[in-house]
Amino acid sequence: MTVDMSQFYQVFFDEANELLAEKERLLLEIDVEHPSADDLNAIFRTAHSIKGGAATFGFSDITEFTHVLESLLDRIRKGEMPLTTEHVDAFLAAKDVLSMLIDGHRIGATVDAQQVQEVSRRLHALAAEQLVEPVVIMPVAENVKPGSEPEPESEPELVIPEGHRHLCIDLPADVSDRDVASLVQELSVMGDAHQRRLPDGSIVFDLITDQDKDTIEAVCTFVVDAAKLAVREHVATVKVPEPPVVIQPEPELVAHEAVLPAAVSVVEDVNKKLQKRETEKQHASTESSSIRVNTEKVDLLINLVGELVITQAMIDQRASGLDPVQHETLLNSIAQLSRNTRDLQESVMSIRMMPMDYVFSRFPRMVRELASKLGKQVEFITQGASTELDKGLIERIIDPLTHLVRNSVDHGIELPDVRRKHGKPETGKLTLSASHQGGNIVIEVTDDGAGLNRERILAKAKQNGLPVQDNMPDEDVWQLIFMPGFSTAEVVTDVSGRGVGMDVVRRNITDMGGTVEIRSVDGRGSVMRISVPLTLAILDGMSVKVGNEIYIVPLAYVVESLQPVSSDLKEVAGSGRLLKVREEYLPLFYLYEVFGIVPSSEKPTEGIVLVLTVDDKKAALLVDTLLGQQQVVVKNLETNFRKVPGISGATILGDGGVSLILDVAALTRGLV
Amino acid sequence: MQSSLDAMEGRREFLAFTLGAEEYGIDILRVQEIRGYESPTRIANVPSFIKGVINLRGLIVPVVDLRIKFDLGRAEYTDLTVVIILNITGRIMGIVVDSVSDVTTLQPEQIGMAPPVSSALSTEYLLGLGTVDERMLILVDIEKLMNSPEMGLTEP
Repeated sequence: MTVDMSQFYQVFFDEANELLAEKERLLLEIDVEHPSADDLNAIFRTAHSIKGGAATFGFSDITEFTHVLESLLDRIRKGEMPLTTEHVDAFLAAKDVLSMLIDGHRIGATVDAQQVQEVSRRLHALAAEQLVEPVVIMPVAENVKPGSEPEPESEPELVIPEGHRHLCIDLPADVSDRDVASLVQELSVMGDAHQRRLPDGSIVFDLITDQDKDTIEAVCTFVVDAAKLAVREHVATVKVPEPPVVIQPEPELVAHEAVLPAAVSVVEDVNKKLQKRETEKQHASTESSSIRVNTEKVDLLINLVGELVITQAMIDQRASGLDPVQHETLLNSIAQLSRNTRDLQESVMSIRMMPMDYVFSRFPRMVRELASKLGKQVEFITQGASTELDKGLIERIIDPLTHLVRNSVDHGIELPDVRRKHGKPETGKLTLSASHQGGNIVIEVTDDGAGLNRERILAKAKQNGLPVQDNMPDEDVWQLIFMPGFSTAEVVTDVSGRGVGMDVVRRNITDMGGTVEIRSVDGRGSVMRISVPLTLAILDGMSVKVGNEIYIVPLAYVVESLQPVSSDLKEVAGSGRLLKVREEYLPLFYLYEVFGIVPSSEKPTEGIVLVLTVDDKKAALLVDTLLGQQQVVVKNLETNFRKVPGISGATILGDGGVSLILDVAALTRGLV
Repeated sequence: MQSSLDAMEGRREFLAFTLGAEEYGIDILRVQEIRGYESPTRIANVPSFIKGVINLRGLIVPVVDLRIKFDLGRAEYTDLTVVIILNITGRIMGIVVDSVSDVTTLQPEQIGMAPPVSSALSTEYLLGLGTVDERMLILVDIEKLMNSPEMGLTEP
């Protein structure tokens, strides 16, 4: 039977990408001066896992490249070599190369062989650099006196923690160095391994592990022929080293003095490693408690639950006519069903929710590179990375957010000497934060840079022929930068400043049903505040009736509702109708006119007006009556039909009928 | 199995339905189901032959009245009025017809060239004219018709 390996490729690609992202995160966070052993190990493990996976699937280019990386990382984590910023840079570059190689296999993307070679050379060069004194003492094996014959080594005294055992693995002398090296690697994953060479050339591994003998044996047979291999449990109840029978008694105990400090460090080392393994295990268990599911399946599930909610509403409606006394049990069951359905819907919706970390994690690297390119110093802080947002939206927010972050680094934060002149710390602060506020998620990009320059924006606006006055309120001035083709950057850099973007940013966000606001203080910094709904799949709606038709108005846009009095209604030639609401004149639209409906009454004073706000602009919409608020499941009209002006989607009402959801943004702009 | 055999022999099955006084046929493979007419939710500012959208087990499906589109007979909605639900390359849509008669198998030699039938239905959307005994079926290329810009059912 042949197994089609390609079905597993995707799993490897997904996993490798995750590992690479993890590696990048670790590299960016690492303190180069005092790297923590845990981080170094974690970075090493990502490379190791990718190499293992790539080798399994036969992606030899990835395997080879990772090998270079891995061996360098291995030496650093063992303390044979100090970590430097060059290393970090090289590793980041290596991460890019790996991403490229993986994409090459996954989607057939072109691989820049030159880049691969260059980075590989860089890693080799770094690996070839002068070794420093080992910091962590590799027990015994390192203590061989220079020039002397390999001495017979005693079994090191190891402290064996609860639940662990000491296994000895005997290897014959004819095992190649390469195999020994891979065995070391495998065993170090299983526990704490130490290697000794016996006088006859054979090798013994001492392994402190929580795995049983069979598992270790199984691992070893991957590398060495099972027939040559002997795994035995070491019974060490006595603390005094007892030379095993195969070893000739040592002529003198010179080795002992050397072994003693080493042994202490070994003990500490073992303890540390074991602690680490504990946390690793916890980490591993959280990993294995999640599963990968195709998003289509999730969407199908959400749709089905949506159906269930609608059916539930129908049952509720039908049951409302029943006699509560006669049908008490039935009505109780229906109420129970209704609660369960609501809970079910909530749980299912939460499947699509992803933490903002998915977006935030890509920025530290970008900011770091951008800052160094521009000669700026930026401290990047993220807050609320665990805030959750619908998967569909989270992908759409990446681009606008990238743009805002780039802008803040490029235009917001000043060069170090400028900052010093203004009495600010040389290092600028850029904060990216996310939080839930009602049914919205609010994402803020805050910098303590120069802030927006009111004069320059106004001057630029005049130059572009925009209608502006010098006494405009700040908020209106800031909104000008969202106009197409607007850029006040003095130098057009390849980072930003071409004037394409801010208008796209706002459009993207508006398309998601969100808003973007700017607050800025000259010389103190600025805040870009994006607010988007948590999900597009359900929305809180206000159902309104016009004639015989029912429409849903998204509640997020509704400010208030009121019954107009005739004295507040004004007809202005050329600009249509206006409604005065508290000293403010709002454009007034009649829904029955827009949609060609026969209303119950044409007199606005007999209807209800909804005051709507979109992009800080207000408008009034006349309807016959308000029916109430309800949560609706948004259905796409375009799936089987097409886009309809003035309509953003449809939903199914409790009676099974279809109701259309108003596209408030288009309506209030008079686009319908 | 049967249908693939049919296809090999050039036989095709058509769902026959009436619009006014005329009988039409469409490829049975495009038909998903047939259901009674229920009043759809009207959509503003679309041509009058687009009756609106209905809820088909959770799907929002547009419904077109072909009688209005082709200017045939009177568009009345009675208990016998039928909606044929079509599946056209994954898009679900409904057409209102007066009644559905049967499923007819036509041999290639039973299908002739279509003469111009009406000014509202261009020969571009016809597969031909099917003859079964005394009956004449106007065979409509329903896929082409429903996707055509003049129906206004898809994005322009």
